[in-house]
Amino acid sequence: MILRLLNLILTAWHQAIASLPFAWAEYEFMRTALLGIIVVAPLFALVGTMVINNRMAFFSDVLGHSALTGVAIGVLAGLAEPLWAMVGFAALLALSFNLIKLWTGTSSDTILGVLFAATVSFGIVILSRNGGFNRYTPYLIGDVLAVTPLHILILAAFSLVMVGFWIVFGNPLVLVSLNPILAKSRGISPFLLETAFALLLAVLVTLSIRMVGILIISALLVLPAAAARNVTRTVCSYSILSVGISFFSAITGLIFSYYSGTASGATIVLVTSGIYVCLAVTGFIAKNGFWHGSNC
Amino acid sequence: MDISVLNACDHCCTRIEQLSVRLQNQLILDKVNLHVNCRELLAIVGPNGAGKSTLLKAILGAIPYTGRIIWQIRGKKEDRPRIGYVPQTLDFDREAPVSVADLLASATSHRPVWLGVAKRERQQIAKSLDAVSAGHLIGKRIGDLSGGELQRVLLCLALTANPDILLLDEPVAGIDTAGVDLFLTIVKELLASLDIAVLMVTHDLLGVAPHANRMLLLNRRVIAEGTPAEVLASHQMADAFSQPHAGKTPLP
Repeated sequence: MILRLLNLILTAWHQAIASLPFAWAEYEFMRTALLGIIVVAPLFALVGTMVINNRMAFFSDVLGHSALTGVAIGVLAGLAEPLWAMVGFAALLALSFNLIKLWTGTSSDTILGVLFAATVSFGIVILSRNGGFNRYTPYLIGDVLAVTPLHILILAAFSLVMVGFWIVFGNPLVLVSLNPILAKSRGISPFLLETAFALLLAVLVTLSIRMVGILIISALLVLPAAAARNVTRTVCSYSILSVGISFFSAITGLIFSYYSGTASGATIVLVTSGIYVCLAVTGFIAKNGFWHGSNC
Repeated sequence: MDISVLNACDHCCTRIEQLSVRLQNQLILDKVNLHVNCRELLAIVGPNGAGKSTLLKAILGAIPYTGRIIWQIRGKKEDRPRIGYVPQTLDFDREAPVSVADLLASATSHRPVWLGVAKRERQQIAKSLDAVSAGHLIGKRIGDLSGGELQRVLLCLALTANPDILLLDEPVAGIDTAGVDLFLTIVKELLASLDIAVLMVTHDLLGVAPHANRMLLLNRRVIAEGTPAEVLASHQMADAFSQPHAGKTPLP
C-alpha cells in the first residue's frame, strides 16, 4: 500500500519534471538526482545553523571523513553495500567524541584532530591494500547522479526524524549553544542534548556521503548557515534564509553541473560559496543583520 | 561564623555544608560552608582563582562536588529548587543570530523559535523585559547589546524560571557606572518584592559589594564572613588580595 503510494509519487515526479522544456529534464538520473537534492538540501541547511552555532564545523568534517573507515570496515566484513557500516561507525565516533570530551576535558579541537588522523589513516590503509584505492574515489567526490529511489526514501524517512527532533529540541539547543551552564540552570542536560544532536548529525552525514562526497560534505552543512549569518539577527530569519540558500544553490548547482560536465556536489558548493561572498560583503556594508522577516 | 544569623535561618534558607570541588586533581574548593537566607543579597568576593565561579557551578549541579547542599524553601525542604542563573557576559557567542525575544522564548516556550516568536509570547516577553528596564531591547540581536543591557536581559531570563535562588556570576563586570547602579537597583527591588535569595559573585569590592546584606571572602575556603564593612576591614581581606597568585607560591 505504502509502496504503491510512493511509486505513484515517484512516477508523478518524473512526469512533472520531464514535461519541463529543458534538456537535462529528459534524463531519469537527473530527475532522480533533483529529487534527492531537494530532500537533503533544506535539512542540511537547518542542521547547519546549529553546526555553526555550536562550532561543530570541524566535527562535521571529521564525520564525513570517518566514512572512509566505515567503508573499510564494510570491506573487511565482506559487505556488498557499506552504507550501514558507515552510519554505524560515524555514530560510534560521535558518541566517543562526546564521552572523551566529558571525561577528559581536553579541547574539542585536539580530540577531533586525533580522531580525524586515526580514522582517515585506518580507512586509507585498509582500502589501499593491493593498490586498489581508485575503486573508492566515488566516495571522495560523491555522485548525485548515482542516487537510487530507495536511497532517497531512506533519506526522506530520516528527514522526518530530524525535523521532529528539531521541533522538540530546537529551543533547548539554542540555549545550549549560547551557554551550556545557563542551559543547565533551566533543567537541560547539555551533554545528553549535544550527544543526541551529534549522533543524528553522524547519521545524516553518512547517509548523504554517497551523494555529496567526503571532501565537501561539511561545506554543504556549514556554508548556507555561514552565509545566512552575515545578514540575519533572529533564529527564525537565520533558519529560513539558510534553507533558502541551500535550496537555491542545490538546484542551480545541479543543473549547472549538467551543462558544465562537472561533479555535482562540488558545483553546488561552489554556488553556495559565491552566495556566501555576496552576503559577507552585504553584511559588512550593512554592519548589523538587517533581515529578520515579518514575524521572525 | 555568626551564630545569630544561623538561628534566624529557619524560614527559608539554603545551606551549603563541607562543599569541595576537585577538578583535574586540583582542589578548587575545600570544605566550604555557607548559608544564604531569602530576601538577602550575599556577596562572594575573593582573588582570581579563588573558586568563586566554580562554587556557583557546583550549586547549579553543572560540575561534580562532594558535600551537601540543603535547600529550605518557604519553610520546606526542597530537593529540586528553581535556580536562576546569570552567567558572565564573556561566555556568549556574540556573533550568534539570536534576538532578545529568541533567547527568552527559547527558554520559556515550547514553540520552536526557528519558526518565529508568536505575537502573544512576544507581548509577554515585552512585559517581563519591562520589569528590568529592557522592554525596548526585544528585537535586538543579543550580540549588539551593551554589557549592562545584556546583563539585564539575562537577569530577566533568570527570573522567568520563578527562581527560589538567584546566582549572579560577576553580573556587572565591565559595565559602566550607570549600568551598575541600574542593575543593583533592580536586584534590590526584586529582593524587596519576591521571596528570593541572591548569591552574587563579584570582584568589585567598593562599588558593588557594599550593597550586599552580607559578604563572604572566599579563597578555596571561606576566609571571612560578616557585613560588608566588617569583611572589607578585616586583615584576612588585606592578606587575600596582597598575594597576586592566590593559593600558589608568590612570584619572586
